[in-house]
Amino acid sequence: MGAGHVHALYVHEPGRLHPLAPQAKLVGLVLFVLAVVATPREAFWAFGVLAVLVAGVALAGGLSLRRLAGRLVIEAPFLAFALFLPFVGHGPHATVAGLSLSTPGLWGAWNIVAKGTLGVAASVVVASTTPVTQLLHGLERLHLPRVVTAIAGFMVRYLDVTTGELQRLSIARQSRGHDPRWIWQARAVAASAGTLFIRSFERGERVHLAMVARGYDGTLPLLEDQRAPARDWLACLAVPATAALIACLAWTVLR
Amino acid sequence: MHIPDGFIDLPTSAGYGVVAAAGLAVCVRKTADQLDEKQVPLAGLVAAFIFAVQMLNFPVAAGTSGHLLGGVLAAVLVGPYLGALCISVVLLVQSLLFADGGLSALGLNITNMALVTAFGGYATFWLLRKVLPRTRPSVVAAAGVAALLAVVLAALSFTVQYALGGTGGASATTVGRAMVGVHVLIGIGEAVITALAVSAVLASRPDLVHGARDLQPELELRPAGTPAAVS
Repeated sequence: MGAGHVHALYVHEPGRLHPLAPQAKLVGLVLFVLAVVATPREAFWAFGVLAVLVAGVALAGGLSLRRLAGRLVIEAPFLAFALFLPFVGHGPHATVAGLSLSTPGLWGAWNIVAKGTLGVAASVVVASTTPVTQLLHGLERLHLPRVVTAIAGFMVRYLDVTTGELQRLSIARQSRGHDPRWIWQARAVAASAGTLFIRSFERGERVHLAMVARGYDGTLPLLEDQRAPARDWLACLAVPATAALIACLAWTVLR
Repeated sequence: MHIPDGFIDLPTSAGYGVVAAAGLAVCVRKTADQLDEKQVPLAGLVAAFIFAVQMLNFPVAAGTSGHLLGGVLAAVLVGPYLGALCISVVLLVQSLLFADGGLSALGLNITNMALVTAFGGYATFWLLRKVLPRTRPSVVAAAGVAALLAVVLAALSFTVQYALGGTGGASATTVGRAMVGVHVLIGIGEAVITALAVSAVLASRPDLVHGARDLQPELELRPAGTPAAVS
């Protein structure tokens, strides 16, 4: 799982991407990722250009490339899966450094590594430059069901509280000498999960009642104007448009 | 098991996006009956609980550890519809805020980890409850077996996606065998933790376990001053 708290990715220094409307950034991100996935894997040059494009947007937004690279660790489990493919893939086989590797497996691994990395990098750029509340607000503007964005909002708000609770439970177990090594010693861990559920649920009830007492009727008031100016849409859609152009070129002329 | 972008091709991802959206729409409608919109804070805390519980490491063997997926745990505790909805929200937030799981693969991930685990797992749980005696230990046992099966079902669902649009180069049977093999092991851990966690909640707040509502005694009306018939 990701880091322990919500603002793990958000960068507080305001850059040029921060003020853009969240709904435009979200649409741009989704279209960009789709264009990346649609790019043929044989076109190595296209992935190079796409990587430069993402790096350029990150730099324009005032993000350091080192920060961006650090976040790519999240896809490590699937990279392991990708490494495994050349060994289990079907024929024909090629010999690389004395190892007989499956050619389709090698293509598959390259495909996953290239597209997965570009997808994560693009998501990191948007997550780093958009506060959580704005992201949720953008989703709402894009007509995601209000219940979903509202649940996500409360989830994000109480994430630190809940994970903090979990950490305290774990410290409490350890300070009583709990150091399980086998699955049949895991009762205390499972009991912690049960306790965490009860505490979360009861906190949910308390929060709900407290909000009702303050006049909550199922909707939260909006404080800011949410329309995205055309300029924002233009800026955010230029990136996926470029990516789509690259994908088209890779399929047709420069194959 | 969060699928990144590019792992499954575009048509398959888009198809599963439609499946996930339809499943979510059903969940939204069903939970609107079950708990009115005003109880959204509660659902949000359940989602936060699922997120946190996925960070809970449990020992497997010789000091190695795994982490809980929590699909069946959520479905048994709050019901399959709300459970699936909350897990979907968790997956959405993970992909947007933590870049964990590709955005183009969100439909695939929601199908595997929210819809298949919550509904497949809950269906197993429900069937076992029908067969087993109406007692608390059978709720615990049913939750455990359902958790094991749900993890394997999710691995199978992934294999189907891979067979439809996988870009890996290895054959779907190879991938399927490896995925199911690994996930039977993961599922055993999941089963033990889910069963023990459900039994822990049953011990202190049995009224909060959705899958054991039928075991709650009926409320009875008594005239003031009469002592309880059974202590």
